[in-house]
Parts: sequence; structure tokens; C-alpha cells
Amino acid sequence: MRRAILILVPYLWLLALFLVPFAIVLKISLSDYNLSIPPYTPQMDFSNGWWQGVKDLFAAFDFENFIFLTEDDLYWKAYLSSLQIATISTLLTLMVGYPIAYGMARAPEQWRPTLMMLVILPFWTSFLIRVYAWKGILSTEGYLNQVLLGIGVIGEPLTILNTNVAVYIGIVYTYLPFMILPIYAALDKMDGSLLEAAEDLGCSRLSAFWLVTVPLSRNGIIAGSFLVFIPAVGEFVIPALLGGSETLMIGKVLYEEFFNNRDWPVASAVAVILLLILVIPIVLFQRNQQKQRESDG
Amino acid sequence: MPETKFEPWNDPNEKPLIEFRGVTKRFGTFTAIDNQSFDIYTKEFFALLGPSGCGKTTMMRMLAGFEAPTEGKILLGGKDIAPIPPNKREVNMMFQSYALFPHLSVWDNIAFGLKRDGKDKKAIAARVAEMLKLTRLEKFANRKPHQISGGQRQRVALARSLAKAPKLLLLDEPLGALDAKLRQDTQFELMDIQETTGTTFVIVTHDQEEAMTVASRVAVMDDGRVVQVDTPDRIYEDPNSTYVADFIGDVTILSGSVTPKDKGYELRFAEGQPTLYADSDLSLTDGQTGYLAIRPEKVAVSPEKPEDRRNALKGKILDIAYLGNLSTYHVELPTGQVVKAQTANTRRLANRPFSWEDEVWLSWSDSAAVLLER
Ligand SMILES: Nc1ncnc2c1ncn2[C@@H]1O[C@H](COP(=O)(O)OP(=O)(O)O)[C@@H](O)[C@H]1O
Ligand SMILES: [Mg+2]
Repeated sequence: MRRAILILVPYLWLLALFLVPFAIVLKISLSDYNLSIPPYTPQMDFSNGWWQGVKDLFAAFDFENFIFLTEDDLYWKAYLSSLQIATISTLLTLMVGYPIAYGMARAPEQWRPTLMMLVILPFWTSFLIRVYAWKGILSTEGYLNQVLLGIGVIGEPLTILNTNVAVYIGIVYTYLPFMILPIYAALDKMDGSLLEAAEDLGCSRLSAFWLVTVPLSRNGIIAGSFLVFIPAVGEFVIPALLGGSETLMIGKVLYEEFFNNRDWPVASAVAVILLLILVIPIVLFQRNQQKQRESDG
Repeated sequence: MPETKFEPWNDPNEKPLIEFRGVTKRFGTFTAIDNQSFDIYTKEFFALLGPSGCGKTTMMRMLAGFEAPTEGKILLGGKDIAPIPPNKREVNMMFQSYALFPHLSVWDNIAFGLKRDGKDKKAIAARVAEMLKLTRLEKFANRKPHQISGGQRQRVALARSLAKAPKLLLLDEPLGALDAKLRQDTQFELMDIQETTGTTFVIVTHDQEEAMTVASRVAVMDDGRVVQVDTPDRIYEDPNSTYVADFIGDVTILSGSVTPKDKGYELRFAEGQPTLYADSDLSLTDGQTGYLAIRPEKVAVSPEKPEDRRNALKGKILDIAYLGNLSTYHVELPTGQVVKAQTANTRRLANRPFSWEDEVWLSWSDSAAVLLER
């Protein structure tokens, strides 16, 4: 009995917080746009009895909105562009995060808690404010340009804000801890004598890094990459605040459909497709975690 | 087949493989190795023996190239190895923790060093197969290190360090993690492998029995210093200090002032007790303090005073430790000192002549005890 409850709790959690909202979004995506509150039809109507109501509801469903998504090339371009931006930012985050995680794992024991703290510290202020702060840094008159002009590296201010570059910077900055922490965890567990053994057997420092350190932090790299990639695909705030007109991301499209066009059914269809796209990396991520647990256990 | 004795250290024409020349190693202000010089010869099975923290691992790490001597030189085949990085040394190390690569199979672990040498695939496969056979791991070639037992892992580590056929193989407490039975089997296996491959082995251990079993010579270390380097039997029979005598095996040490007599010295160890005599080559002055080390198995226990021996002491049995084939008697002298004696149990229990509180005589021959200066 207690076992059953213990198993039930997470499933109820999943049901309430994921499946129910998803069912609602799915239902709206199959509905039609309507000038009313809420702005879609059909509504649940149980006046003719419960069974009749469900039957009427299903009869009114169609895939019109999904078909619409394939007709306007804005949508698939936005999906592709989102995936591209997420992929590039994930690689950039890995390139920035790995050396940091490596440095942390090699730092003297007594420093590590402090370094870990510094990585987590930004989470203590609002994400929105931190992204906003980047506007002040990256704008034409911003700190970055002032410093670069001041030391004479550049003659004219750089245009970074409102370009994809700013979006990359924003994503790398925001998601860096998600990359650092799993890689650090993997590197921290690694036995230092393995590197000595590799050297003893004829490796240079560099080849020992590629042949031993990297493979042994592989699970951390994979976990970190997914933790960055998955939310980055649907990212809205960063492209909205730092990106420009050229920045096409599905999160922004979704926002505009919901709040500017008030077309809930199309917006829901966009969201459902986004979720389906993300199922693949999520499943891969879960598999990686599972494998890691097995090799640890 | 005529067997020539293997003792290159006694041959003045033999060049040592390894020479420590006044090697000192400091970590900050702490001196881990203190100005040490000794030699290791080709094909030796050389054991470094000492308590935990005496500098054994540091010695090995200097040979492998992970630490550099603060002062002095280490020569390998006559050449200073200081400028050679670990990956270029013809030295391989079997780590105390084994340090197997967890992401690689047993086969790939053993092949790791060979691949770094850029050997061709066939040569690598042949060498790995040979190593797997030598260490009886053929069946486990495709397993990962976490899928095999502790004893098998230890053999993988050995195979991996042997694969490159190094001039010198370093084994840092290789059997520490094994239980007693497996440990013994592996010791003999190691000796077999050392004989088959002809590699020079340096083994670190804090287990004196292990050192005595496997080694051609043993270096007994104490606090950053090598106290004595000698063959196991000489270390046991002819220790150069009470530290070595006490570290290896069981011993009773009695100290007192010495007086030259016959071919050795007479030792007065306590008031009212007879003097003891030991043959000795030492040159001590009259009245100098000497230490007499007596191994328990050299001491005879008898109910009456033996007439034919000048070393005879009377005491009372304090304790009897029954070890199956042997019994160790702890006999208390009237002075309160305890002397250990060991006898073989050739008779059944009921026929044993002595029991607790019995008054007995302990005796040993003129050459049985070793007189030590310190
Ligand atoms: N990297 C190091 N830094 C400071 N002290 C060390 C270092 N390595 C070893 N030591 C010290 O040197 C001494 C000898 O250590 P070690 O060679 O590991 O001893 P053993 O292997 O005989 O147990 C110990 O007191 C140890 O604390
Ligand atoms: Mg050690």
C-alpha cells in the first residue's frame, strides 16, 4: 500500500503539472480561432449531457492549424533557426564552460566551494534583470564599446545589440551554470592518477587530456549540452530583449501569436510541434542520465 | 642444470641499472627523502619496505618521473633521468590504486601504451594477447574494469604496465587490496612473471613477509632513509640495527654495556643477571652500550639449566601463543623484561611439557644472537 502511494505521487505530479496542461494546449491547437473570450471554439458544452458534449467537441476538432503551419514558411524557418541558434549557443557554452569546469576541478580543495558558489551566484538575482543588464553592456554606447574605444582597440562602436551575436552572448551567459555543473561533477569524480598512468604509458599531457579526461567527462558534456540546448530552442526572453529583427526564434513567434495576434489555436499548434521536436533530445538526455547512473552504480 | 647464484650486487664488474646518488626530496620544508644513495641491478626484484609515510611512494614517483629530486641524481643505465619526462622513460608503474581507465575494456587498457608507441595493429594485438595469456585474463578481454573482480583488476594493471616491456617496472603496494590467500598466490605469480620476462621489478610494500617472499634484495626504510639494503635472509639473520631487527619478524632486544671476549662480546644487560655472550665482527669499545637481538626460534626452552650453553636465563612463562605448528612463549625474567621463545609443536597437546607460570630456562648458542651498535 505504501509502495503504491510512493509510486503514485510522482505520477500524479506528472499528470497535474505536465499531462493536463499539455492536453489543454493540444485541445486548443485542434480548435478554431474565434473572436470571443476565450478566443477559440468549440467550448466544452455539457448542456445536452456529458457524452454528447464530448462527442460534439471531438467532431469540431480538425488539424487546420497544423496545416496552416506548413503553408506559411515563417514557421518552419523559425523552427530551423531556433534549432540552429540553440546548437551554436550550446557549442559556445561548452567551449566556455568546459575550461571553467576543468579549472574548478583542478583548483585546490579549499577553494572549490567558493568557486561553486560563484557559478551559482547569478541565480540569486532575477534572470530578466540580468538579461536586461546585457543591453547596457552591449549597446552602441554601452560599457563594452566604451572600454574598447577607450583602449583604442576599435575606432567605431561595434553593433552587437539587436543581432544574433547578442543572442548567443545572452544564451551562453544565462545557461553557463547548467553546462559547468554536470561537467564539473564528472571531472571532480575523476581519479587524478589516471592522468599519471596515461603519461606513464607514453601520452603527452595533451593526448592524455583527449584520451582520458574528455571520454571520462563525456556524460557530463552530454548532460550539460542537453540542459542548455533544450531550453535554448524555446527561448523567448533573450531573443526578445537582445535579438534584432533578423533574429527568428520560435519562442518569439509563439509569443506574438498568443499576445499580438491573439490566435490561441495557432499558437498552441506551434507549441505542440515545439514539444514534439524537443521530445527527441529529451529522450536522449534521459538515456544518457540512465547510462550514467548504471555506470556509477 | 648448474644454477649460478643471482647476486650482481657482489660483482664489481656489474653496472647497476638504477643508481640513486645523494637523492634528497623535499616538499616545502618537509624532507621526504634524505640524501639517499643505493643501486638496483638489472633483473632484480627489489623491495622497498617500511612503515606508512616513510617515503616509499615518493621514491617510486621519482623513478617514474612524477616528482623530481630536490638534490642529487638518479641514473638509469648510467644516464641522469631528470630531464626525461615520464612519457619518455623506459619505466612503467603499476599504481597503488591500479588506475585502470574505466572507459576502456581490459584489452584496450593493456593496448593503451602500445598504441601510444605507434606500433602497427598486428603487433599490438599479438602483444596484448601475450599479456592476456601471461596474466590469465583471456576470458575477460572485453570486460570493462568495473565488471571484473579486484584480483583480476590487479592483473590487468600488471599486464598493462608490462605490455611495453619496460626496462624497469615499478609496483606500488600492488597487492594491498587483496585478501591473504589471493595475495600469496599473486606473490608467486609475480615472481614467475618476473622470471619469465626478465624485467627489473621494484616493489613497494609495508608487509615484511611479502618483501621477504618476492624480493632478491630488500631495502628497509625509515623516515626518508634507507637503513639497510640486503638479501632477505641477511636482513633477517644479520640486521644492521635494532630498527631493522625489530621491523622484520619477531625479536627480543636486550641492551647493556659490552666487554670484548673470545670472538665477540659479553653483554651485561641487568644487575644480578648472568652476562650474555654473542659472536660478533663489530669493533666496540669496552663499556660501550650494545644491543643484543635474539630471534625467538633460536631460543630453547628447558625445565633444567642446560650445561652446554653460556647463554642461559631463568624466567617464568607469562603467555603461550599457540600458532598450530609453532608455539611462542613469552617468558618474564626476574628483572621484568620479557624474552620470546618459539618451539615447534611436534607433540600433541596433552604431552606439552610447559604451561603458564612454569619456571623455565631459556638458552641459545654463541652465534644465535646478533650484537648491534644502535
Ligand atoms: N605532494 C606532497 N606534498 C607534501 N608532502 C608529501 C607529498 N607527497 C608525499 N608527502 C609526504 O612525504 C612523506 C612520504 O610519503 P610517501 O612517499 O607517500 O610515503 P609511503 O608511500 O612510504 O607511505 C609523507 O609524510 C607524506 O605526507
Ligand atoms: Mg605509499
